[in-house]
Amino acid sequence: MTSWPGLVLRGVILALVVALVTVPEAFRPVFAPVAPTPQQAIYTRTSILSLAMSHLALVAIACAAATIVAVTLAIAVSRPGGAAFRPLSRTIANVGQTFPPVAVLALAVPALGFGSGPTLVALFLYGLLPVFENAMTAFATLPKTTLDAARGMGLTRAQRLWQVELPLALPVILTGVRLSVVISLGTATIGSTVAASTLGEVIIAGLLTNNTAFVLQGGLIVGLFAVLIYDAFVLLEVWLARRTGRATTR
Amino acid sequence: MKRAAGSVSPTGLLFAAIGGAGLALPFVTFRENRIVLGEGVAAWAAVPPGAAAFCIAAILGGLIIGLATDRPWPRFGGSLVGLAGLLALLSASAEALLADALDLARVAPGAGVWMLLLALTLLMADALSALKPGPSARAAILVVLLGALAAVLASGLLADISTMQEYRARAASFRAETIRHLWLAFGSLGAAALIGFPLGILCHRRASLRAATLPTLSLLQTIPSLAMFGIMIPILGWVGATVPGARSLGIAGIGFAPAFVALLLYSLLPVVSNTVAGLDAVPRAAQEAARGMGMTVAQRLRTVELPLALPVMLAGIRIVLVQNIGLAVIAGLIGGGGYGTFVFQGLNQTATDLILLGALPTVLLAIVAGVVMDILVDATRKIPEESA
Repeated sequence: MTSWPGLVLRGVILALVVALVTVPEAFRPVFAPVAPTPQQAIYTRTSILSLAMSHLALVAIACAAATIVAVTLAIAVSRPGGAAFRPLSRTIANVGQTFPPVAVLALAVPALGFGSGPTLVALFLYGLLPVFENAMTAFATLPKTTLDAARGMGLTRAQRLWQVELPLALPVILTGVRLSVVISLGTATIGSTVAASTLGEVIIAGLLTNNTAFVLQGGLIVGLFAVLIYDAFVLLEVWLARRTGRATTR
Repeated sequence: MKRAAGSVSPTGLLFAAIGGAGLALPFVTFRENRIVLGEGVAAWAAVPPGAAAFCIAAILGGLIIGLATDRPWPRFGGSLVGLAGLLALLSASAEALLADALDLARVAPGAGVWMLLLALTLLMADALSALKPGPSARAAILVVLLGALAAVLASGLLADISTMQEYRARAASFRAETIRHLWLAFGSLGAAALIGFPLGILCHRRASLRAATLPTLSLLQTIPSLAMFGIMIPILGWVGATVPGARSLGIAGIGFAPAFVALLLYSLLPVVSNTVAGLDAVPRAAQEAARGMGMTVAQRLRTVELPLALPVMLAGIRIVLVQNIGLAVIAGLIGGGGYGTFVFQGLNQTATDLILLGALPTVLLAIVAGVVMDILVDATRKIPEESA
């Protein structure tokens, strides 16, 4: 997992994406062959760095909020008092995830207007379900013996939650967060069709002007972001799972 | 923990709260034409007091029946009564508001309608999940509900609603885009199954092929959909221009072909990885027994391994189908057709009704596809889940 070639490859990808974002001009020769004219090889209307930053910020804010809300709800549903809500939550998590992300985005526009607002809300709503589903599974499958031991040690409910249940559930919850983040990174690009400032702006400019260079430039940066963040989450999950002695769930 | 009869269901309280909020919010919005901002109209404001009271009583009655615990059938009935009241009130409000308005005026469902619809469908879902219907019962319920929806749409009860007006203005193109959307979603799924099932079987047998294939396919999934569709344009444009005969097959840089190929590439990972996972999960004892009976490799695959792996493979198809129905919307952005055409036209014209005309059928199609595939997965499960 953390072999030398793997580390080198990660370093190279990270360096590449940082360079693509901070010094886009350096890549003019790379994109020039697919641009209509060499002048149009690099998107210059807005700084790539600011688009990348607002793209990442949108995803980070939406996913952080979604994680907090989803885990809180999952905790509430997994307590004895929330038992009545369990079948319903499962149905909502199951059916809700069949809502297409684009449709959620399109439906947020009439309610919230254009700009980053509807994108943020759509990313938040769509990010809730994978985290919620995984957190519910995590709390439902905690080893019973461990929970009994915690109770036997005289831990209060709150102590059991914070010191035993949450740490043990964390790797599985993180898998849900990873799904949310990867979906959000892709959906945020579509947010540019409703005037959110994300890297999708570069791709859409390319689509509108038949300029493959823009499409590749925007797509490459978002794709590399997704690969790096996905990989970082997997490493974190494996590390946490090893630390808590739970079998890895990939 | 069985509660005493007559106590209040916690989920029912939640639905009643959502529904109560929905009644307080603007029920419909009235606009002079399709673009301007509308003004909200309350649930009781548009129709004569008697009719309004009757409909609101039906909605509230449904929600109150929903408060009962451990009574799934009455609760299901309550959700139907509530939905009927909601439909009647929406229909009557639209008709009354448009009766003395100019031709271009529009009535659209407001926040209130959507909240009530949410509360009542959640009630229905909660009641149904308590009934725990088997695969064939679920299929029957789905058919009845879809039939009811079709009857409501055909009856003209909602004809005065803005999205239906938008539909009537482009009924022919709506039919064409529906067929386009289905072709994109199901056609790319079919192609992915043709490639993915054999590839998955090979990956199951050869560890080296699996180590190369699965990471490549997961890498494809991380490409943002917008970029994937965009990248396909020049590639297929080049293929159409250089490969003899490709153009006559309809392969070109814009339109159907790039969207189809992009969806196909996204579809491969779930198909291949679920085929591998399904075959991996075939119990060792079943394989040994088949071998002991003297079956050849091909016979074992066809009569033992594939039937046992089928539920997991179908679960992969479910992922692909739901994902494709949603992603096919993006085809609208690159001239590939489908419901996305309406969504993006609507976004460009800031015409909410048009956005809904594209988004609502997509959502409905995705949900129905998900439910149907869940039924199929359950119906094909041959070994009990716990031993699988």
